Amino acid sequence: MKTKILNVNKSMGSNLITIGMIVVAYTVCQTLIATGSMTNLLKNLLVAMCYYSIMAISLNLTVGILGQLSLGHAGFVCIGAFVGAFFSKVTISTIENTFIRFSLAILIGALSAGLFGVIIGVVVLRLKGDYLAIVTLAFGEIVKNVINVLYIGIDSKGVHFSMSDTASLNLEEGGTVIVKGAQGISGTPRNSTFTIGVILLILTYLIIVNFINSRSGRAVMAIRDNKIAAESVGINITKYKILAFSLSAALAGVAGVLYSHNIATVQSTKFGYNMSIMILVYVVLGGMGNLRGSIIAAVLLTFLPEYLRFMRDYRMLIYSIVLIAMMLFNWAPACINWRKNHSLKSYINAVVRMFKKNKKEA
Amino acid sequence: MSFISYLINGISLGSVYAIIALGYTMVYGIAKMLNFAHGDVIMVGGYIIFTFMSTLGLSPILSVLIGIILCTLLGLTIEHIAYKPLRKAPSLAVLITAIGVSYFLQNMALLIAGAESKSFSSVISVPPLSLAEGRLTISGETLVTIPLCIIIMVSLTIFVRKSKTGRGMIAVSEDKDAAVLMGINVNKTIAITFAIGSALAAIASALMFSTYSNLSSTSGAMPGIKAFVAAVFGGIGSVPGAMIGGILLGIIEIISRAYISTQLGDAIVFLVLIIVLLVKPTGILGKKIQEKV
Repeated sequence: MKTKILNVNKSMGSNLITIGMIVVAYTVCQTLIATGSMTNLLKNLLVAMCYYSIMAISLNLTVGILGQLSLGHAGFVCIGAFVGAFFSKVTISTIENTFIRFSLAILIGALSAGLFGVIIGVVVLRLKGDYLAIVTLAFGEIVKNVINVLYIGIDSKGVHFSMSDTASLNLEEGGTVIVKGAQGISGTPRNSTFTIGVILLILTYLIIVNFINSRSGRAVMAIRDNKIAAESVGINITKYKILAFSLSAALAGVAGVLYSHNIATVQSTKFGYNMSIMILVYVVLGGMGNLRGSIIAAVLLTFLPEYLRFMRDYRMLIYSIVLIAMMLFNWAPACINWRKNHSLKSYINAVVRMFKKNKKEA
Repeated sequence: MSFISYLINGISLGSVYAIIALGYTMVYGIAKMLNFAHGDVIMVGGYIIFTFMSTLGLSPILSVLIGIILCTLLGLTIEHIAYKPLRKAPSLAVLITAIGVSYFLQNMALLIAGAESKSFSSVISVPPLSLAEGRLTISGETLVTIPLCIIIMVSLTIFVRKSKTGRGMIAVSEDKDAAVLMGINVNKTIAITFAIGSALAAIASALMFSTYSNLSSTSGAMPGIKAFVAAVFGGIGSVPGAMIGGILLGIIEIISRAYISTQLGDAIVFLVLIIVLLVKPTGILGKKIQEKV
């Protein structure tokens, strides 16, 4: 009984540390802004830091907890970004209250990304490993390409869609074009603030942590560790896989809404393969399955490039080396041996042994 | 007539995909890993041939030969540094490493060659063929690509079936441990597979960039992924499957670009992949592998 209480405390303690870190970082940033010692450039990065962190922890749910490599995470972010921005632009005159409108936008963005997550999940999660990775990549590219040629306009008769150009929408006089193909959506109300970003980050974190510690989360991790064993104890594999995958997609959608309300124009070409890889780098660098690590990695890799401007050209190169080096360090037999021989524990043991020896001799 | 010319263009593009897909399918069959960096080896090959041919002014054939040699070395180096230590690692780790290598090559090329894309001049100097009183023209590139692809396919099939090394490859792909017991050097066999795949990548890059002259640091990634789609389509691990998959995919891509939408060509190719994997995950000529408990 005692150990059980201890366990609960341990996981809660870990959560408190993470949330505490976010709150402290938030307070420090706000103080810096108040005292005017933060440059505009860094101020612009604050919201970016939040949505990259959300993307990272949501992808970590798929990669670290579910154990499936997804290379199309940016696709879900893209859906969230466009649906959220579309909703905000359409309702800007009908819903006056910014808070309600933005909350609804986030909700709708998350739901639509989650819905796509379910659809894609049903299709894709029957595959595994490399096939799954390549299909998620394919899905991300399909989303990017389709939104890139999508035109949507609104007039008194309703919503018009087209896949070719603005003229073919056949809008009546006074109608407005909202999604302009490759030009994307511009003029979205810039509602994303640092405070909202941090609140969303904490909420996302809590949702994922709660999911991991729930019955479903344990089932998902059982599937990751041994699919056949999990199946034989009666876990519905498809259901839990889709659950985790769509939750991850929905949270990526939240990041997308935050993204599109932070910049003047959203274009679908931004959400390509490169963005998916970047999010994957955050997850791998922070440690797969470790949410706090993902947040730290995302924050560091968003801030650092601004400080290391002289190394800007080498940024992506360094990312790629980090990916390779992390994997080799974790899995190469030579590195595993080296880690065994040079771990902190072995040094401490050696020191302790030396002391004991000295004592005996004395 | 335009339909026939699209069809021929499709077969030509498909032949290039088929040559690239061979690299994927052989490596996947033997090392059981998706070599994500394969597409970027093509890009590097393109830059090497471009440098020797356009900048240093060597003859096209010599440049392509140098390209083949350097790409083979590149493939061997990648295999040795990044993939060999991870033979026993989980597939997720290997896949992430492969993505890292792909990214590394892209950014290295970006740093060395710059962001500006180069215009690759054709290595093939065969005059175009005019048929049906000039209503149908087949470019010299197409005239070379299709037969070359067939030659490569046939000789590779013979190599795999008949030679000792080739049969070693089949053995390793079927059962690594049993192959070791039969005295096959697994590491060497995998290295040879990478070498062949990379050499084919260099040939594919010469053919591809001769037709689509735009050469930049990312111009290998998309054909690489599409060639993987072709490999899956034809049945991964199968040499004739790669050929069939590649040509079908090339035709689908060109026809859908021509008749459905230019910008949605890539999306349609990927849709094909998703449909194939759902309906017949083993591809057209693939074998079904039973999952062991």
